[in-house]
Amino acid sequence: MVIELGQYIPGKSYIHRLDPRAKLLGLLLYGAALLLAPTGAAASLSGAVILPVVILAGLPPAYIWRQLRPLVIFMAIIFFFQAALTPGQVVAAAGPLLLTREGLNYGIMALARVFFLVLAASLITATTDPLALADGLERLLRPGQRIGLPAGELALMLTLALRFVPTLLAEAERIMRAQVARGASFRGYQVKNLMPLVIPLFVSAFRRAENLAEAMEARAYQGGRGRTRMRELHFRAPDYLFFFLAVSLVAGVVYYRSQYGPR
Amino acid sequence: MIEVQDVTFAYPGNSVPALAGINLCVEPGEFLAITGRNGSGKSTLARLLNGLLRPKAGRVLVDGLDTADEASLVDIRRRAGIVFQDPDNQLVAATVEDDVAFGPENLGLPPAVIRQRVAASLAMVEIEALKDRPPHLLSGGQKQRLALAGILAMEPQYLILDEATAMLDPVAREEILGRVLELRRARGLAVILITHLMEEAVLAERMLVLSAGRVVLAGPPPAVMLQGERLAAVGLKVPVTVALGHILRRAGLQLPAGPVTAEELAEALWKLVSQK
Repeated sequence: MVIELGQYIPGKSYIHRLDPRAKLLGLLLYGAALLLAPTGAAASLSGAVILPVVILAGLPPAYIWRQLRPLVIFMAIIFFFQAALTPGQVVAAAGPLLLTREGLNYGIMALARVFFLVLAASLITATTDPLALADGLERLLRPGQRIGLPAGELALMLTLALRFVPTLLAEAERIMRAQVARGASFRGYQVKNLMPLVIPLFVSAFRRAENLAEAMEARAYQGGRGRTRMRELHFRAPDYLFFFLAVSLVAGVVYYRSQYGPR
Repeated sequence: MIEVQDVTFAYPGNSVPALAGINLCVEPGEFLAITGRNGSGKSTLARLLNGLLRPKAGRVLVDGLDTADEASLVDIRRRAGIVFQDPDNQLVAATVEDDVAFGPENLGLPPAVIRQRVAASLAMVEIEALKDRPPHLLSGGQKQRLALAGILAMEPQYLILDEATAMLDPVAREEILGRVLELRRARGLAVILITHLMEEAVLAERMLVLSAGRVVLAGPPPAVMLQGERLAAVGLKVPVTVALGHILRRAGLQLPAGPVTAEELAEALWKLVSQK
C-alpha cells in the first residue's frame, strides 16, 4: 500500500527551503484570493500566478498529474452543473440543456478555484517535510493559545499520526494475513468482508494508544505547558518576499473586485 | 535514593491488591533486579517508582520527592526514566532525532541544549547514523536503542528497564543490556532491571523476587539462588549454570556456592582443577 496523495518529495529548491510558516500563510492568502476573485477570468488569472512557483519547485510533472488526476471527474461535474444550470444569455444549446454566458463564467470560476487550490495544497505537502509543516502550524497558532487554542497539542497530534500511519499499515497487513490463514476472504467490496480486519485493528490501535500515553507521561509530557522545541524556524529574506507577493496578490484581487466585481 | 515505604497498590475495580506491603530502597548507582512470574506485580512496581501509578497506601520518594505530589512529577520523571517492553508504543516522533528530543523538549530546555543532548544520547547507544530515519524502518534492537536514547537524553539518575529486552532476539538483548551496564559504570547510573529471565537477574548486585504482589526473596543473587525450592514454589527456575553448580556439588565436587553466571562457574571449575 502506498499513499500517493500529499507525499513529501525531498529536494533543495527555493520553494523547499522556504519557511513552512511562509508557505502556510501563502496558501491561506492564495486561497482567499481565489475565493475573492469575482469572475472566471480573474480567478484563472490569479490562480495562474502559482505556475512559476510550481516550476521553481522542480517537481516531476508526472507527480503533479497524479495529484490532480482523481479530481478530473469531480471537476467535470462541477463545471457541467454550473455551466448548464445557470440562467442567463444563451450561447449554445443541446436539447433541453442551455449553455449560458453566465454559466460559463461560473463554471470556469469554480473550476479554477478547485484546480488551483488543490495544486497549491499538493505543492505545499510535496515541498515541505511533514514535521516542519506541523512545526510551522504550531508556531502560527501559538498566539491563539491565549484564547484556549491547543496549538502544541494539535501539532503533536499531527506528528503522532504521521508516526503511526506506517505502523498501523504494517499491523493491518499482519492481521489480514492472520485472518486469511483462518479462512477469511477479503475479496469483494462488501463492508462485512472488512470486519475481520477493522475490528482487531481498532482494538490494537486503542491498546497502542494507552501504552503510548503512558510512555509519553514517563518522558515528562504534561501537555503543551513549558514545552520547548529542538527545531527552530527562521523567517529570512525569501520568506518575506514570498509573503509580500501573496499579500499583494490578495490586495490586487480585492482592488479588482471593488472596481469590477458584484455590487 | 528511591524509597518505597510500605506501599500497597490495587488497580481500580480490583479488590485484590497488585502489590502489598512493599518496602524497598534503591541507592544511587546500584544495580537491582526485580523478578517474578507474569502477574507478580513487578511491572506495577516499576510504574510506582516514577509516579506513573500512585500508591494506595504508603509512600514512594524519589530523591526525597513524593510521587503523590503532582507538582514534583516532572522532576521525578527526569530523575527516574523508564524503558518499556514494546518499542513501537513508546516512540512518538516521525524521525529518530525528533524522538530523542521529545523528553528534553518536555523539560523545557533551550533548543541548543536539546540538540547537544540528542547528539550525545544517540552516540551513547551508537545509532547516530540513523538520526534522520523514521522509526518504523528500524529493526527491533535499533528501536529499543532509540527508546533508551530517548530516556538517556533526559539525563536520569535511575534507569528502569521494564522487560525492555523481552521482545528482542538473544543477541540484541545482550547488546542492549551490555550497553546499559557500561553506561552505569561510566556515569554512575542506577539500573533497575525488571525481568522474568533469571539469567539476566543474576547479573545484578541485588535481586528481589515478587510473587502475588509481595516480596518473597531478596538479597544478592548467589544467596537467592541457593533457595531453589522457594524459587520453584513461586514458579521460577534457577538458571542452568546455577543448577549445574548444585548438581556438581551434590556429586561431591568441592565447588563454592557463589557462582551464578557461566563465566563464574567456569572460573570456579578451573580453580578446582588447578588445585589438584
